[in-house]
Amino acid sequence: MQYDVIVIGGGVIGCSIARELSRYAGKIALFEREEDVCEGTSKANSGIVHGGYDAAPGTWKAKMNVAGSKMMAALAKELDIDYKQNGSVVVAFSEDGIPHLKELLAQGVANGVEGLEILYGEDCQKLIPNLSDDVVALLNVPSGGIVCPFSLTYAMADNAAVNGVEFCFETEVTGIEKAEEGYVIATNRGTFTTRAVVNAAGVYSDVFHNMVSEKKIHITPRRGQYCLMDKVVGGLVKQTIFQLPTKLGKGVLVTPTAHGNLMIGPNAENLEDKEAVFTTAEGLEDIIRRASLSVKSLPTRQIITSFAGLRAHGDQHDFVLGEPEDAPYFFDAAAIESPGLSSAPAIGVYIAELAAEKLELAKKENFVAERHIAKAFHQMTSEERKAAIAENPAYGNIICRCETVTEAEIVDAIHRPVGAKSLDGIKRRTRTGMGRCQAGFCTPKVTEILRRELGLDYEEITKTGKGSEILDHRNKEVAGK
Amino acid sequence: MKTSVVIVGGGPAGLAAAVSCYDAGVKDILILERDNCLGGILNQCIHNGFGLHTFKEELTGPEYAARYVAMAAEREIPYKLNTMVLNIEPQADGTKLVTAVNTEGLMEITAEAVVLAMGCRERPRGALNIPGFRPAGIYSAGTAQRFVNIDGVMPGKRVVILGSGDIGLIMARRMTLEGAKVLAVAELMPYSGGLKRNIVQCLNDYDIPLKLSTTVTKIHGQKHLTGVTLQKVDERRRPIPGTEEYYDCDTLLLSCGLLPENELSSQAGVQLSPVTSGPVVTSSLETSVPGVFACGNVLHVHDLVDYVSAEASTAGKHAAEYVCNPDHTEARKLRLRTEGGARYTVPVYAEPEKMEPQLKVYFRVGDVYKNAVLTVSALLPDGERKELSRKKKNVMAPGEMEQVFLKKDDLLPLPAGSEIIVKVEGNA
Repeated sequence: MQYDVIVIGGGVIGCSIARELSRYAGKIALFEREEDVCEGTSKANSGIVHGGYDAAPGTWKAKMNVAGSKMMAALAKELDIDYKQNGSVVVAFSEDGIPHLKELLAQGVANGVEGLEILYGEDCQKLIPNLSDDVVALLNVPSGGIVCPFSLTYAMADNAAVNGVEFCFETEVTGIEKAEEGYVIATNRGTFTTRAVVNAAGVYSDVFHNMVSEKKIHITPRRGQYCLMDKVVGGLVKQTIFQLPTKLGKGVLVTPTAHGNLMIGPNAENLEDKEAVFTTAEGLEDIIRRASLSVKSLPTRQIITSFAGLRAHGDQHDFVLGEPEDAPYFFDAAAIESPGLSSAPAIGVYIAELAAEKLELAKKENFVAERHIAKAFHQMTSEERKAAIAENPAYGNIICRCETVTEAEIVDAIHRPVGAKSLDGIKRRTRTGMGRCQAGFCTPKVTEILRRELGLDYEEITKTGKGSEILDHRNKEVAGK
Repeated sequence: MKTSVVIVGGGPAGLAAAVSCYDAGVKDILILERDNCLGGILNQCIHNGFGLHTFKEELTGPEYAARYVAMAAEREIPYKLNTMVLNIEPQADGTKLVTAVNTEGLMEITAEAVVLAMGCRERPRGALNIPGFRPAGIYSAGTAQRFVNIDGVMPGKRVVILGSGDIGLIMARRMTLEGAKVLAVAELMPYSGGLKRNIVQCLNDYDIPLKLSTTVTKIHGQKHLTGVTLQKVDERRRPIPGTEEYYDCDTLLLSCGLLPENELSSQAGVQLSPVTSGPVVTSSLETSVPGVFACGNVLHVHDLVDYVSAEASTAGKHAAEYVCNPDHTEARKLRLRTEGGARYTVPVYAEPEKMEPQLKVYFRVGDVYKNAVLTVSALLPDGERKELSRKKKNVMAPGEMEQVFLKKDDLLPLPAGSEIIVKVEGNA
């Protein structure tokens, strides 16, 4: 089958590029090895829209971060993404840190970040009452924000699908070869030919790049561990609190999430294993210890879950964007680590424009720019709730009691253009099971809904795709089931 | 919509509260139950051992529930199923506005009194912060119990259980009976959190090893659980290097504690105890919000349903009194405090003028105590202590709920500002 573009990788970068490519007339597919989008780094990161002060001026990181974060508010409206501009701060615990804050300020100004200022002494605690008394100065970044990385990825995927992008799941790319025109992509599901390739494969982007280019790149999976806390302490701080960055990154942060939880993390561990998304006792202890420095009292008793993600750190310390000299029609969006989420909208536009120009694809007239989902029940007013239930009684059936998610929302998540097929897919789309009981009560109910809507047997219900079946076998026959 | 008493939850607590409220003369009651039938968690507790105190016979969970469902039915107490209470808002006139939802719509119910009977939830893996991957195959014991007993599906074939709470012990036996191999039950503490009889009947009888002072320190398997690492812990509950043992298993069940589910109570302004995570209540089981009562596992986690029923009957009766007696002036309160091994008491306040001739006070100890002495004394405002009762017990353990009685006649003469001290001493 001949494609114009095959995008490898269904993370936030791949989905953003796919969505931007879908503005053009062409045959476009996205290949993802997992059963859903948002299964790698995009599902396990800080969810921060960075101001853009951190990256050295002139780098891709600086350009894409500033451009991407400026696009975020409009994109959030256009695609129904959970986004808040809550502001962020970088704190210094001693006078020694102040020159570093000033450097960041100057760098931010050079990158075009607006509204930066340094506060000293008590003004810091005035801005953030629960800030540690040890903080002597901070860089205030009012343009900083928080975004739900799941909702951003799903929204762009849905919108891309509506605009004609073909999503191929459980499709693992095993080889890429140059052909007379374009490339031949080998996968576990056969081979495909395409005029152009986009490499948005996260921690694996070096593998695919190196298949076609002699100018090798190397990616170090850099693990970050996180703890998420109950919503009851989500209001501990309003802003995202960073400590001064180090060589290994932006350091451990304390932040509210777009959904009102409190989150701490990440640490930074350089690994070689690209699948090492597990937490460790040492890592979790480390982030708790370091996050405790930023605030007066960290409510560790309210931890409801912990997780780890891998950042795709490139040896050259910057994103790798565009065509390698020796591999025309192959477009890298490689080595995307922080601020990758913030940069995603801008990277999408940049790569799609490059590819479209090269392939001479014309803009479509019938591109659907907006994507909307039904308002979440827990965000509705009483009047809206009444109306929603009157129209669809499934809105009156609460499935997830911790997050107040209804059957209607879960059914909707299953039947979206890129729909949920597993418990995790439903969780990340609707927050079912993301609350304090961590799916203890709703798992059996969601299992029933998945069975009904997708016609599956118990043994086919998965946590997150093949190999993660949650149930083993029937032990009794139940009347009516 | 208006009603005298709204009961939030149709499990054993809610049903017993409804029955006693009705029998105390208030017939205008509405039970709101979020599940599709009454009886609560008892419906999935298909083992026996329920009702020895209440009915003097051994029943299964569903049988025990059925008795109370029948009592409510005899009285024609109305209830709504599949109905979730979203909010309880105390009003300026003393009534409570209860907002609930079901497929018929959003309901707003004005109630004179509310009985909280929402039960508890299990502590999830995340709250335990066990390191490792996050694969399929890890369940809280109650979730697995529901799958196995109600839906008729087994999560796996080779099982390790972390936590020796009663549900974990019961599930060790159930999984074995259903054909799975239960490799071990690991318990972080040096003692079990469950009832003695469950250790004997569920583990010993099936040769399932109970590994005390042991915890899971690693989860193996990226997509599906392939194994766990168990490790011994020291007195400070820190893993001891070199004691790691790998268990090849596809299922890990967690029975690491129950947490009263009080988000609704909290929103309604009800004061909670940091020890029990349940409401702070008086001897009438009234919370800090007048006219809002609490009973069962939402108040504090019980070991036996019989005690839930007894406590809920008290709550229901006092809710009825609250409705019948328009005089809601505050009664004199004596604070109960704990010393030594006692961790908390329910209730936290005794109201001598309002209480029954004899008040049952529930508490738990924080450690295993041998040759324990339980004393109750009054601490007078001038600092003088007056012993009210003294009792010896061979063993007291955290897994068993303890009780002690306070006499109205002892409390009535105490001057205002006196406190009641419940104290446990012994060899820990």
